[in-house]
Amino acid sequence: MKNEIVKQKIGFGLLLLAVLLVVIPVLCIVGLLLFRGAGALSWQFLFTMPREGMRAGGIFPAIVGTFYLVIASLIFALPIGVLAAIYLSEYARDNALTRLINLSIINLAGVSSVVYGLFGLSLFVVFLKFGVSIISGALTLGIMTLPVIITTTREALQAVPRAYREVSFSLGASRWQTVRHAVLPRALPGILTGTILSVGRVAGETAPILFTVAAFYLPQLPASLSDQVMALPYHLYIITTQIPGIPEKARYGTALVLIGLVLIVNISASILRAKYRKAK
Amino acid sequence: MRLSPRRIKEFIIERLIFASGIASILFVALIFVFLLREGIAVLRTTGLLSFLGGKFWYPISDPARLGILPLILGSLVVTLGAILIAVPLGISAAFYIAEIAPIRLRNILKSFVEILAAIPSVVLGFLGIKILVPFLKNFLGLPTGLTALAGSIMLAFMAMPTIISISEDAINAVPREYKEGALALGATHWQTLHRVVLHGALPGIIAAVMLGIGRVFGETMAVMMVTGNAAVIPHGLLQPVRTLTATIAAEMGEAAKGSPHYSALFAIGIVLFVISFLINLTADLFLNKSRGRTR
Repeated sequence: MKNEIVKQKIGFGLLLLAVLLVVIPVLCIVGLLLFRGAGALSWQFLFTMPREGMRAGGIFPAIVGTFYLVIASLIFALPIGVLAAIYLSEYARDNALTRLINLSIINLAGVSSVVYGLFGLSLFVVFLKFGVSIISGALTLGIMTLPVIITTTREALQAVPRAYREVSFSLGASRWQTVRHAVLPRALPGILTGTILSVGRVAGETAPILFTVAAFYLPQLPASLSDQVMALPYHLYIITTQIPGIPEKARYGTALVLIGLVLIVNISASILRAKYRKAK
Repeated sequence: MRLSPRRIKEFIIERLIFASGIASILFVALIFVFLLREGIAVLRTTGLLSFLGGKFWYPISDPARLGILPLILGSLVVTLGAILIAVPLGISAAFYIAEIAPIRLRNILKSFVEILAAIPSVVLGFLGIKILVPFLKNFLGLPTGLTALAGSIMLAFMAMPTIISISEDAINAVPREYKEGALALGATHWQTLHRVVLHGALPGIIAAVMLGIGRVFGETMAVMMVTGNAAVIPHGLLQPVRTLTATIAAEMGEAAKGSPHYSALFAIGIVLFVISFLINLTADLFLNKSRGRTR
């Protein structure tokens, strides 16, 4: 028996070691970016145009570009995603069509991000002649983020107790009235969480925008949906690998702004989710 | 029956709901069709066998040689390395989080995993270039740190959140009675974990590993930045390689539209699409099996 207890101690020790090997690098990543990037953050870095082939000046157009892409892709993906989740949760029967839809969602979630880039190039940029533009990039990113929105919204809808629907039906409400007035309001925080998570995903992706929207160096703000824009993740990629002589501070600063943005978005999603769970 | 405005409104909304419901099918079909539209020409210019099995990827020589075997092997080597690191670590971490950590620590650890999942791949690639690559070069005494190993380590961290969170769900889904039975028979907590809980959670854990593999195989930016991008047949983890994904991302900008090179890059996209489809399908079968067993 003593032998077994020693074994247990060793086993638990190994599991703890594994956790530490996951957690410590995360701490190091965030800590290092803060330590080396915080010094670069200034009003001028965040809110002015890049100058001298990006070796000086700020990253304002990349921040604005990412903001536009997030908003435009959500305008496209949010209604489709939420309605699709309503279909799957409230209307769909357990039949071949539903299984096919579920399979498609799983597949959309698994497609490589660079394949989305190819798809966007082929359909939006070339075939539909939208060109390399915000609209092409946003549609590509929107389709990529659909599975996130659909799955989280469906979970939120299914977490609403059956009784709400039954009461509504028994009062003579139609199916849509039930969804609209009895189910959706209760699921709203969950839907919001999913939306915020998809914002984080869209803001951080590089590969889907490579051939559909991203501009290498464009020190001006976009005037319309058919303009190219700079975007934070692509900007970080090119100043890291394509252009020599960029000050290290600017690289770490850009990485910090990007990860800061994504983490703020994710943390607000978890706070929202925690509050919502408590309220229930 | 007269149609009231409310009825008409509902009819329209319910049509929209149905259309959105089937939109996912449409998008998957569109992706496949539009990859095929540009990529199919590779059958004519190169031929299926010399495309998939060709040992040389010289897209800009004249005539272009478009064999993707080195790229397939590059992806496999990097993926294999990542899985060797991520699977033991990820599953062990999932057991610790689900079964051993007290509830407060559990929540903290879970938020760390969520942060790791949220870090954009280009940021990981950036830190890979700045920290990991020079470290590997000095530590192992290599001519360059831009190797398959660097890619594997990066990708292991990108696969771990998937593996941990799905394994953890599977572990939590093992019925309490199994555990209580084992403990009542006098087994230690550790014996219960690795003889009973692991067994019960296995289909879910396999699904977690499959999804991790899918994530790694399709990952682009981080792997492109740290693997050195040499399109040659790899002989080990300690040399530069180039993956399928990195080839598309790196070369599409320069490929002339309609050229054999351009269609070959789309054909690589088709290969990636088919592989991710198969991986996700298998993972889903295991997930359903694990749900079916425990509920």
